[in-house]
Amino acid sequence: MSFVFLVEQVLNGLQFGVMLFLMAAGLTLIFGVMGLINLAHGSLYMIGAFAAAATAAATGSFLLALAAALAASALAGAVIERLVIRQLYDRDHLDQVLATFALILIFSEGARWVFGSFPLYLAIPEALSGPVTLPFGIEYPRYRLALIGIGLAVAAGLFWLISSTRIGVQIRAGEADREMIGALGVDIDRLYLLVFALGAALAGLAGALIGAIQSVQVGMGEPVLILAFVVIVIGGIGSIRGAFIGALLVGLTDTLGRVLLPGLFGLLLDPAAAASVGASLASMAIYILMAGVLIARPQGLFGSA
Amino acid sequence: MSLNRETTASLIVMAALLSTVLWAEATGEPFTITLATRAAIFALAGIGLNLALGMGGMVSLGHAVFFGIGGYAMGILASHAQTFTPLTTWPILIEGTNAMPVIWLVAVISSALAALAIGALTLRTSGVYFIMITLAFGQMFYYFMTGWPAYGGEDGLSIYVRNGFPGLNTLDPIQFFAICFAFLACALWLYIRVDASPFGLTLSAARQNEARLRAVGIDPFRIRLVAFTLSGAVTGLAGALFADLNRFVSPAMFSWQTSGEIVIFVILGGVGRPIGPVVGAGLYVLLEHTLGDVSDYWQIVLGAILLAIVLFARGGLTGLVLGRPLPHG
Repeated sequence: MSFVFLVEQVLNGLQFGVMLFLMAAGLTLIFGVMGLINLAHGSLYMIGAFAAAATAAATGSFLLALAAALAASALAGAVIERLVIRQLYDRDHLDQVLATFALILIFSEGARWVFGSFPLYLAIPEALSGPVTLPFGIEYPRYRLALIGIGLAVAAGLFWLISSTRIGVQIRAGEADREMIGALGVDIDRLYLLVFALGAALAGLAGALIGAIQSVQVGMGEPVLILAFVVIVIGGIGSIRGAFIGALLVGLTDTLGRVLLPGLFGLLLDPAAAASVGASLASMAIYILMAGVLIARPQGLFGSA
Repeated sequence: MSLNRETTASLIVMAALLSTVLWAEATGEPFTITLATRAAIFALAGIGLNLALGMGGMVSLGHAVFFGIGGYAMGILASHAQTFTPLTTWPILIEGTNAMPVIWLVAVISSALAALAIGALTLRTSGVYFIMITLAFGQMFYYFMTGWPAYGGEDGLSIYVRNGFPGLNTLDPIQFFAICFAFLACALWLYIRVDASPFGLTLSAARQNEARLRAVGIDPFRIRLVAFTLSGAVTGLAGALFADLNRFVSPAMFSWQTSGEIVIFVILGGVGRPIGPVVGAGLYVLLEHTLGDVSDYWQIVLGAILLAIVLFARGGLTGLVLGRPLPHG
C-alpha cells in the first residue's frame, strides 16, 4: 500500500465527509432550533439531484443545474414547512417521524411517477473533469477536489452566518430558548421557515454535487440521511461544530475502513475469506464507531448533556 | 372498564379475520387466505413493536433488525437442510432443519439476544437520539447481510419447500394460516396480560413520568430493556413466519422501509392498544392489494392517508371508533 494511494483515500474520505456535513448541518440546525426530527431530509437531497439532472439535460449548464437544485430544494422545503412541518413543532417525536415518513413515501413515489425508475445521468462539467496533479506527483480527480473545496467553503460560510450575522444570533437564541425570542419580538414563523429552507437548500446542493459522481435515482436520499443521523449522534445534536467533526470522522472511517480492513485481515486469513470478512466489517465500521461514542459519551462528542 | 372494551374490540376484530378466512376457504379463494396470513404476520410484528412503542414509549425505527433475524434464522437453517450440509462441525455438529418449532425457537432466541444487545446500547439515550440510533443499527444489519456472501448476499435465499410442522400440511394455505393465527392470538393475549401486570404498569409509568419512577426507587433502564427484548423476540417470530410464507428471505427484510412499515401497522391501527396493530396491518394489506392493482404508485396514497392520520386523527383507526384510550383503572 503506497503513500500516494493512502493520500488519495484520505482525500476521498474528506470529500465524502464534507458532503455528509451538508446533510447533517441542515438536520442538526432544524433539530436545534425547532426541535424537529425530519426524515424527509433525504427526499430534499433527492429533489436537488433530480432538479440538477433535469436542468443539465435541458440547458447543458452545470452552474444553472446547481442553481436549479438550490432553488427546487429550498422551495420544496418551504412548501412542506408551511403545509405540514409547521403542524408538527408541538407534537411528540413519534408524530414527527410518521408525518415525515409519509412525506418520503409521497416524494419517492412522486419522483418515480415523473422521472421513471431508471437512474438519470448528471455529467461532471467540462472545466472540472479529468485529474489534477498535486504535490508528490499525486493524481486526483479535479471534480472531487472541487467538492472538498465547495464543502469547506459552505462550512466556513455557515459558521460565519451563525456566529456573526443577525440571523445567526436569532438562530442561536432560538436554540437556547424558543419562547423567549418570540417574546422579544423576533418573527418566529419567518425564522423557522428560513432555517428549514436553508437546511433544505444545503441538502439539495449535496444531492446535486453527489449526483454527478453517482447515479440520480429514487431512494438515493435515505442511505445518506441515515449516515447523516450517525454523524449527528456522534457529533451531538444541535451542534454545527459537532456535525462537522462527526462528518469528517464518518467519511474517513468509512472510506479508510473499506480500503484498509480487507488488507488487515489478509495478514490473518486466506485472501478470499479476508476480502469477504473485511468488506462485511468495513460496512459496519461507522456503526461500531457510533456505538463506541455512545458508550463513552451518550450525548455525542459536542452535545450538551 | 377500559380493559373490557379493549378486549371486546380485540375479540371482534380477531373473529372478523377468522371468518374472512373461513369464508374464503368455503368459496375456494386461497389467495384471500394468503393475504389474511400476510396481515396476521404483519400484525404479530406490530404487536411486538407495540410492546416497546405503545406501552414503553420507545420509538424504535429499527425493528426490521429483529424481523430480519427471524427471517434469516429460517433461511439459514432451512437452506442447510435443503443442501444436506451442516451449519458447523466445530465445536459441535449443528445440522440444518426444516422443522418449524426448532426454527421458531432459534428465531425467538436470536432476535431476543439481538434486542438485548441493541437495547443495552440504545436505551442509554432517549428521544430523537433513540430514533436515529435504532435506525442506524437497522442499516448496519442491512449492509452486513448485503455484504455477507455465504447466504445469498444481496440476492437472498430461496427455500423451495415450506418447512414442516408435525401433524399439519403447511403447504395448505388454511393450515399455515391457522399456525399464524394461533401465534397472533397468543401474542394478543400476552400483550393484554403484560399491560395489566405490575411490570406493564411500571413500563407505562416509565413512559409517562420517568422522574417519579426513579423517585420510588425503580430503574427505568432495566424495565425498558426487558420490554425491548420481549418486543424484539415477538417481532423475530413474525420474521420467521414471514420467511416461511414467502419461502424466501433477502436483506430487504432488514431495510429501513421494513422498520417504517412495522411502525405504520401500529400507528394506522392505533398506538398502545392491544388490537391496534391487527387493525393497522389488516388495513395496510388491504390498501396494498386494492390500490396496488389500480396504480403502481399506491404508496403516494398510503403516504397521504398516513399524513392525514398523524395530522387529524391521532389515535389511528381504532381511536376513531373507540375514542382515546382511557387511563388504566
